[in-house]
Amino acid sequence: MSIAADLGESLFYMLVFPGFVFLFGYAFVAEYADRKLYARLQNRVGPPLVQPFADFVKLLSKESIVPENAEETIFEAAPIVALAGVLTPILYVPVWSAEAALAFQGDLVVVLFLLTIPSFALIFGGWHSRNAFGQIGTVRTLTQLFGYEIPFFLACLAPAVAAGTWSISGIASFVASSPLYIPVFAVGFVVALLSLQAKLERIPFDVPEAETELVTGALVEYSGRKLALFRLTKNIELVVGAALLSALFLGGPYPAGAIAGAAGTAGTVGIAGAILGFAVFLVKTLVIVFALTILRAVLARFRIEQVVSVFYLWLVPLALAQLALVLVVGTAEVIP
Amino acid sequence: MAKESDETTIPIGPQHPSLKEPANFELTVEGEEITGAELSLSYNHRGIEQAVRSKTYLENIYLLERICGICSHSQTTAFVQGVEELLGLDVPDRARYIRTLVAELERLHSHMLWLGVAGHEIVFDTLWQYAWRDREAVMDSLEELTGNRVHYSINTIGGVREDVEDEAIETIQDRLEDLRDRIDFYLDTVPAERTVQMRCEDVGFVSEDLARDLCAVGPTARASGVPADVRQDNPYAAYDEGDFDVITAEAGDLLARLQVRIEELAESVAIIEQVLEDLPEGDLKASQKPPQALLAGIESGDVLSRYEAPRGELSHFIRSDGSDTPERVHVRVPTLANWSTVVEALKGSYIADTPIVVAGIDPCISCTSRIGVAVDGDEATLADATAGGGVGINDIETTSDTDEGYTLDDLREYGMEWYENGGDQL
Repeated sequence: MSIAADLGESLFYMLVFPGFVFLFGYAFVAEYADRKLYARLQNRVGPPLVQPFADFVKLLSKESIVPENAEETIFEAAPIVALAGVLTPILYVPVWSAEAALAFQGDLVVVLFLLTIPSFALIFGGWHSRNAFGQIGTVRTLTQLFGYEIPFFLACLAPAVAAGTWSISGIASFVASSPLYIPVFAVGFVVALLSLQAKLERIPFDVPEAETELVTGALVEYSGRKLALFRLTKNIELVVGAALLSALFLGGPYPAGAIAGAAGTAGTVGIAGAILGFAVFLVKTLVIVFALTILRAVLARFRIEQVVSVFYLWLVPLALAQLALVLVVGTAEVIP
Repeated sequence: MAKESDETTIPIGPQHPSLKEPANFELTVEGEEITGAELSLSYNHRGIEQAVRSKTYLENIYLLERICGICSHSQTTAFVQGVEELLGLDVPDRARYIRTLVAELERLHSHMLWLGVAGHEIVFDTLWQYAWRDREAVMDSLEELTGNRVHYSINTIGGVREDVEDEAIETIQDRLEDLRDRIDFYLDTVPAERTVQMRCEDVGFVSEDLARDLCAVGPTARASGVPADVRQDNPYAAYDEGDFDVITAEAGDLLARLQVRIEELAESVAIIEQVLEDLPEGDLKASQKPPQALLAGIESGDVLSRYEAPRGELSHFIRSDGSDTPERVHVRVPTLANWSTVVEALKGSYIADTPIVVAGIDPCISCTSRIGVAVDGDEATLADATAGGGVGINDIETTSDTDEGYTLDDLREYGMEWYENGGDQL
């Protein structure tokens, strides 16, 4: 393969699919699905399909103010850094088959790291906005970060230990080939779901944003296109987070391979296999988004110290128990 | 983050998403904990008490109704009851029952509105949407009864303006049946919900002693174990003939206030059912004479009229000088009595609790922002305007002291100067 073709392929992955263009579109679909289901659960009509995109365009057209006291460079850079942080990991997360666009040993760690960037960007942006609400929100974001990151990492570690690899594609292939591991990961999946909800700062973990207390916290001074970018970041983070969970805990494209095999199209390499795999991806990510929506609809917001104690007293031990379970199952060779 | 160990002052209001109307809390916080709280009120002085003095008694019913968009019937009932006492009128039974009916429907819609707001303040938005959906049944009933959803305008001096049709009684009974199920559902689920408990238990605590010391009223007092309820203590309308309980709780925290209000919903439904069942036949007004003719014979005198509004005891002080306009009407709204419990309850709680602690008394800020200056003709004393907050409950002095007197031009100048110098910052 020539360098030009190689470069072209990489650029296609980055900019079109599964990179920027796809994520951009799917993020709005996910936001729509989230808002619509949330509204239906509350007995409301909910927004039309184009609403999330229309909101985005409207925000882009608004004046984007930098407060007088803010550190302009950091304040301006934060939304762009955050967006870059969530756009990159999709290259290492399987979308249409068990293989991601790019993969190497250790990409799991890189993806987990990249997914913390939006939170840090928010912390820097919020702190340097020099707003009292922004700064309190920032401190809460940071406190909450220590709460959810550890159980999230521990939970994601369980499939990696079971598969014996640090590559997300490797883990997805492993789980897809021995799907009996999916129920074994149930506890870890729940821990990861709750941690993802906290990472996304959604109810009941929307403490840093806390519209009724802190007027959206770190985001309070953001307006116009910078706010639009932060909101887009949140939506993309939701999609990427859901994709990651689907790859690690639900076996990525499984059972697309089995269905394709039964239908007679050998292997999952062909176009039909890819489309089927992609359909499975959409179903699984939307199911995860819906689970997060239901969580949002049935709970009230915690206080910050309650968030931290929930994560440390409940979710960290649960994640450790999950690891132990995986080790036991692996050693005993219960699952072929 | 070394900064966090220092004390920071954060302003909650006058414009803040958790406040539907302007009020201001200056919170001193250490990290997440509130160490001090100060309250400023009256950003929206409306001059209603001054306007009352230039209108006839009859016009004042409709003016006073506009003090509040939620408890409008409370304001008019308190006022007309006072005027009826001055005139020595006996209100016919049917009118008393209809007043009670509208009053309890109003309590239902007000408490359900609060339930939704409380849900929103702890970001349990599903509860908010549910409560407000179910509240529509009450609003529809009020509209059917009176023609209006907000300002029912059913009271007049000596009785009520509209009769209740038999059809309306049936539809209201149907709706109440559904509503009773919903209230039972809320009673079972809301106080038992784990995250609601985490946010409300031991939050915004007001002890019984504190509630008594600060003269708290209504559900706020009752949730602290003070069984204060004008409907029971000093019955008006048809409450002396109804059978109902005064709901109290001992805990004094937000969960207790939530519990008390939801149980009061059930109690209100029970009262309405009794009223609809026992509605006596008869006249709607005390006299066939037009109210203007009755009012022509008003004697001079003072009267204090008490009423149990959804938020607590409401009192109207009315002074008549024998003319067709009242010399003074002073309104003490329940929110004013409860504000000081909020300031006390905020100290020591977390920032995160501020919205729900403030909302816990079901504050009606525009109701409280009425009083500022006692004006006589174009002269006025500034006693209350300078006392800050415009919360002049003692302001029943009506004759102006000429030594301390201001003309309207003086007042205007004073106002401009006050704002130029930074207003409250002084």
